[in-house]
Amino acid sequence: MNHAAYVAAAYAAALATVAGLILWVWLDGRARRRELATLEASGIRRRSAGEAR
Amino acid sequence: MSEQSLAIRKFSDLANPTRFLALSAAVWPWMAAVTALFFAVGLYLCFSTVGDYQQGETVRIMYIHVPAAWLSMMCYSVMALSALGTLVWRHPLADVSAKTAAPIGACFTFIALITGSLWGKPMWGTWWVWDARLTSVFVLFLMYLGLIALNRAVDDPTRAAKVGAILILVGFVNIPIIKFSVEWWNTLHQPASVIRLDGPTIDPEFLRPLVVMAIAFTLLFFTLHILAMRNEILRRRVATLRRLAARSAGHGSGGPGLAGPGLAAPEEAPR
Repeated sequence: MNHAAYVAAAYAAALATVAGLILWVWLDGRARRRELATLEASGIRRRSAGEAR
Repeated sequence: MSEQSLAIRKFSDLANPTRFLALSAAVWPWMAAVTALFFAVGLYLCFSTVGDYQQGETVRIMYIHVPAAWLSMMCYSVMALSALGTLVWRHPLADVSAKTAAPIGACFTFIALITGSLWGKPMWGTWWVWDARLTSVFVLFLMYLGLIALNRAVDDPTRAAKVGAILILVGFVNIPIIKFSVEWWNTLHQPASVIRLDGPTIDPEFLRPLVVMAIAFTLLFFTLHILAMRNEILRRRVATLRRLAARSAGHGSGGPGLAGPGLAAPEEAPR
């Protein structure tokens, strides 16, 4: 491999890792918001919802 | 809930998950935008600056390797501060902060190890050596994985946080070992050339992209950390609500008042 290939591989690995991290955070947040919305739609709310603590 | 009550007056107000959610919702899009801006400028500088007279093109690997390695240590330091918050002040958000920083820190450590290896092969002639710096960073990576596993193995987040916090603080001894390993032992890895008492020894041509990328990586970490903390708060709310639903289903009219301290999610726990 020439030097450019090592540079490309390093940037690709870093990009893939960061992209995976961003994707995980985004999908996790979306799934949690959906779960909360489902629970609230079925009438289950937090005790403290509506009161400022 | 009035707008007034969400105002952050003291630093300790941030420890309230509801206030944290409101503040972070307003802040994170701006942080993401600034992060993207720094990455755009940083990546442009990474590829527009000249190559090194000895390292050639591979010097460009340094612009991601060095910031990732810094971040791997800074993330652990953030976790150590959070561990103090858990053990000393019992802030529920400190648990959340320590737990959510671990996967992010593991990713940055992974990037530092991979890019270092990809630089080592053409420059040192080997992918890996068991010298003090490389080994101590590998140990840091294993500690991140261990902390993630611990958090997943213990169901009760409050108990997981307490055990995790002690482990984090014990493991913090590794951070100065990583930093000074290149001075204490004879390592193949080069000694520090940016953060030194006598100032940086690298040329401004290489320092500029390095600093911009370091800022970009730092902003990326904090943006992702805030978002991951928001997700974790929501995850715990969902868990609490499911318990409430299960309990009220089991007791008929039995309400949320039956919550025991060991079962309550941290943001609901009696102080």
